[in-house]
Amino acid sequence: MGPFLETLIGGLMVGTLYALIAIGFVLIFKASGVFNFAQGAMVLFSALAMARFSTWIPGWLGMEPGLVGNLLAIVVTLALMVVVAWIIERLALRHLVNQEPIALLMATLGIAYLLDGLGPLIFGSQVYSINVGMPKDPVFILENTFQGGLMISLEDLYAAGIAALLVVALSLFFQKTKTGRALRAVADDHQAAQSIGIPLSRIWVIVWSVAGAVALVVGIIWGSKLGVQYSLSLVALKALPVVILGGLTSLPGAIVGGLIIGVGEKLSEVYLGPVIGGGIETWFAYALALCFLLVRPQGLFGDKIIDRV
Amino acid sequence: MFYRENGQFKSSYAADQQIFAVAQDRYAIWLIVALAFLVVPFVASDYTFQAVLIPFLIMALGALGLNILVGYCGQISLGTAAFMAVGAYAAYNLQARIDGMPLLLALIGGGLVAMVFGVVFGLPSLRIRGLYLAVATLAAQFFVDWLTTRAAWVTNHSSSGSVSAKPLAILGWQIDTPMEKYLLCLAILCVLALAAKNLVRSAIGREWMAMRDMDVAASVIGIRPMYAKLTAFAVSSFIVGIAGALWGFVHLGAWEPAAFSLDRSLQLLFMIIIGGLGSVVGSLFGAAFFVLLPLLLNQIPHWLGLPISTATATYLEHMIFGALIVFFLIVEPHGLAKLWSTARQKLRVWPFPH
Repeated sequence: MGPFLETLIGGLMVGTLYALIAIGFVLIFKASGVFNFAQGAMVLFSALAMARFSTWIPGWLGMEPGLVGNLLAIVVTLALMVVVAWIIERLALRHLVNQEPIALLMATLGIAYLLDGLGPLIFGSQVYSINVGMPKDPVFILENTFQGGLMISLEDLYAAGIAALLVVALSLFFQKTKTGRALRAVADDHQAAQSIGIPLSRIWVIVWSVAGAVALVVGIIWGSKLGVQYSLSLVALKALPVVILGGLTSLPGAIVGGLIIGVGEKLSEVYLGPVIGGGIETWFAYALALCFLLVRPQGLFGDKIIDRV
Repeated sequence: MFYRENGQFKSSYAADQQIFAVAQDRYAIWLIVALAFLVVPFVASDYTFQAVLIPFLIMALGALGLNILVGYCGQISLGTAAFMAVGAYAAYNLQARIDGMPLLLALIGGGLVAMVFGVVFGLPSLRIRGLYLAVATLAAQFFVDWLTTRAAWVTNHSSSGSVSAKPLAILGWQIDTPMEKYLLCLAILCVLALAAKNLVRSAIGREWMAMRDMDVAASVIGIRPMYAKLTAFAVSSFIVGIAGALWGFVHLGAWEPAAFSLDRSLQLLFMIIIGGLGSVVGSLFGAAFFVLLPLLLNQIPHWLGLPISTATATYLEHMIFGALIVFFLIVEPHGLAKLWSTARQKLRVWPFPH
């Protein structure tokens, strides 16, 4: 029972991190109908920027790296992500209004390539570390019930907390604010939204900025866990099955999907792996999402799309 | 002035239905093919064959296969490299396990196995479309990545995980110089490109395009979605599988799973976007573009006397590709092939603007 629970908890923790990335996808899809393949590249870009600024800024100002330095770096990186969002809207999205979803999807692939090249070019391509003071040591709980207790990483716990906060904040933003309503209107129908006076360009800048901010949060958490390196942009590929499973338009779906994928992945690795060969983590999530798609194409909480002739 | 078709009257259905209706086009194509077969082998250097021409031919074949699926049938695929890998490993296994397996049969066998694999992974396309399908094909990519690294029988229990092809020979013709390899790839590309061109002109090709343009309407007028989509997956993965087998056997010689990574899939997708979706010649343009641009990027700073590191060159390459894709999607969604046909149209009516 002990090892099972530990795997389960490990899976849940990883799942929250996947969910965080998935939120970035859902956010952009929900608010602009674009499936953003560049989310992974944005995570890498923001993490790189954050890692470098957190050492550069204290250097420029001549102070010790620490809390203030980190905060300044976060602010500067956020500003940078807003600029990136603005540039993306200006140079790409603005010209692709009302194109087919496939064209937009491929455009985001192009943006991903662009950011993947730009980030290392500006910020260098070594492995950097981000230190925002997240606790690294694992804690043990329920030591009386199980032998040796259950190991839980505090870092993951914090990450889970941050993910939960982020989801609540974003849900409120989407449901309760005027901008949130505008975002949902744009997602439903670009043209209709434009015709009732919603400024499409501003909405897109907002939503890509928010996605950039989410990417930064993910970048900081993953970056301080694994170090900032190229593989960070591949982590985002893990979030694709999550979004599919949860439904493209649902924030809670991203969370639930993330948890299911995280748990499924870890359990399959531990219990199925020895039977059919190790390392099945890489595709198991996809297989799971695929099987699910065949039964329920819109995902767990997604909007059902009905084709009419 | 030279490109004018007045006086060329079609007096039979056969004449009306030819692939290149304008006589000048026909001559130009024959000329290009003749040049490629008869002149290029004697003027190109070994380096040109290995670094430019062979990769170009094989990638063009891969792009052609993908273009049938994405450009003609509208089923987006991010797992092309997986189908290439299946073709390569299947051909390798056929050769390794069956004594005296002829090269051509092994290549075709690789294509057929890739075809079966493609149809299996195409099955989700019957229920889902667009973005969801992209994720489904990504599943194929990761599954094959895993299979080729983990399953020992795929690599015929090779200890290092990399496999190497046997010496290439067709009916006693030993293919060992770059020039002969080039001729082999060129011949295969010509045959398959002609077949593909004819397929997309035929009834089945029109069914694919109808599915792409509007699947609901297509099924209303009596096109079976299942048949149309799965044949597109089958033909596409057959061609892509052969391209993969060639990439492994002819270009690389010995390869490991990383040769068919997700990056390769994306590259092929970019090729057809830049070259032209839904166009056979566009696949060739896109592949040429993709093979030449990195070479140019390495050369230009060299000529200008600005040495840049290989890492910087790679990042620049990434950026330029990314920017170009967005640029093409905005400015010319039909890619280089469309530019080419516009230029041809202008020539036809020259010197008048319309």
